[in-house]
Amino acid sequence: MYMEITHSPKAMLAIATQIRRDILRMVHAVNSGHPGGSLGCADYFTALFFHFMKHNPSPFSMNGNGEDVFFLSNGHISPVYYSTLARAGYFPVSELATFRKLNTRLQGHPATHEHLPGVRVATGSLGQGLSVAAGLALQKKMDKDSHTVWVQTGDGELQEGQIWEAVMFAAHRKLDNMIVAVDFNQKQIDGSTGEIMGLTEWKSKFSAFNWEVLEMDGNNWDDIMRVVPLAQSKLGAGKPIVIIMKTEMGQGVDFMMGTHAWHGKAPNDEQLEKALAQLSETQYSDY
Amino acid sequence: MKSYEILGQKDTRSGFGAGLLEAGKQNQNVVALCADLTGSLMMDAFKAEFPDRFIQAGIAEANMMSASAGLAIGGKIPFAGTFANFATGRVYDQIRQGIAYSHKNVKICASHAGLTLGEDGATHQILEDIGLMKMLPGMVVINPCDYNQTVAATMAIAKYDGPCYLRFGRPKWPVFISEDTPFVIGKALMLNEGTDVSIFATGHMVWLAIEAGHALAEKGIHAEVINIHTIKPLDRDAILASVRKTGCAVSAEEHQMNGGLGDSIAQLLSRELPTPMEFVAVNDSFGESGTPDQLLQKYGLTAEAIVSAALNAMARKK
Repeated sequence: MYMEITHSPKAMLAIATQIRRDILRMVHAVNSGHPGGSLGCADYFTALFFHFMKHNPSPFSMNGNGEDVFFLSNGHISPVYYSTLARAGYFPVSELATFRKLNTRLQGHPATHEHLPGVRVATGSLGQGLSVAAGLALQKKMDKDSHTVWVQTGDGELQEGQIWEAVMFAAHRKLDNMIVAVDFNQKQIDGSTGEIMGLTEWKSKFSAFNWEVLEMDGNNWDDIMRVVPLAQSKLGAGKPIVIIMKTEMGQGVDFMMGTHAWHGKAPNDEQLEKALAQLSETQYSDY
Repeated sequence: MKSYEILGQKDTRSGFGAGLLEAGKQNQNVVALCADLTGSLMMDAFKAEFPDRFIQAGIAEANMMSASAGLAIGGKIPFAGTFANFATGRVYDQIRQGIAYSHKNVKICASHAGLTLGEDGATHQILEDIGLMKMLPGMVVINPCDYNQTVAATMAIAKYDGPCYLRFGRPKWPVFISEDTPFVIGKALMLNEGTDVSIFATGHMVWLAIEAGHALAEKGIHAEVINIHTIKPLDRDAILASVRKTGCAVSAEEHQMNGGLGDSIAQLLSRELPTPMEFVAVNDSFGESGTPDQLLQKYGLTAEAIVSAALNAMARKK
């Protein structure tokens, strides 16, 4: 009933490369969207949807009963989310060509309104997805469903007050069926997170709220394959789990790395060509 | 003209508490959340009967609303309760994105709405909540008029699949709707038929509209009194049918004039049946501390104000 877990790190490397090509082509086509964070998270998304999550892409079930569920709290990195969902079989890969266009199911930020398989709640206005995930984690506990709720937030998103309401709530309710990854790329629209709201010692903060805290390099396959199972081994131990996941915004495209400039900016024709040249075509083919 | 016997004096929030308990007995998927106001919301009976289905959310309303959306995704029917001010304005974006736009089966349960909250003052007396909620596409907005109607409304929204806003209040108030009166979401309730003026009232103002109807009768005026418990979806047919008969209208609500029930009716009439209309509502003002009766007097939410409005509306008929 679940997607078969047959993907080796080598196979996943090719999938992640294809997802990166998709991301660049999607944002280029509509000259809008958020490539930077999307590229940074492509490896982790691939690992989750093609290896770690026990999920059933088709037919998609909104309630997520009896399977793992993923929530993207920082909805602006919709390109990596949509490409991963399509490549995992939630909807046709060809539909990626409709991203951000009129009448699309692939809205600028993820939404349920157009019934896109794989999305269970709208996100985009930041700070809310973690609470939604905590609600579903609580429902799974109440209904004795032992599957995992996976959540991703941004690191800039941790500036939202509601995040800390959810952090308190999850710890108080002992939601130890939840694994949250904070995309620790240390960049946001206006600059580095350190410049904008400098208190970024997330590890000690989450620890103080009685969460299990792990750290991971989200762009290193060895580290992903080591830390995510470690996080899974902590499930059921009375604490919610957070992985502080260091990533590089723009990962995979040299001129998009090391800057916040590509947070919400699309490449032009020339830049796209230059970027795609660094991400060789895969057996999965462009959409 | 029908006379309504006062069956007792009870607060509508107690009606919510009783309805919630009953809804919980009827459907095990009903769960309740509260942001540190369990006693004020009369949710104690539910909590005692179903401790595993009651979720204390703490003073963290934003998280409560979004977590309710998560519970609803998994198949629960969450009733999220707090004061109306904290159930709407404080968490508008959480409701808009996660509940309304995402069309989740969450019941937003808002107590202590309006001026009749009383002494706590304007910080807590929200008079904008109906407007905020009715603007959200797909949101059902209900403001029952007495204890019995609140019980019935609470049970009705548990059976409806989609986001709902249920508004109720703090003070003891006349109970006059019989226990066996069916509650149908979106269906206006005819309380007194008349031919001279249509009075459309919601919430606590419904009882005052009945009183106004009697006062008008003493002047030989036959007022039609209709209870609009569901502000959205609005019962267009009932409103238009009444106004076709009477030729003028009055709305009465414990809410700002801007954005309330009267607004919705005026929009309907201006498009379908332009009609002289008067509004009994708070006129672009915040409230203040005082007893409920003092506040209703000071801000013009009385049976006398409804009578005056009815006479003014009738005078404008051609």
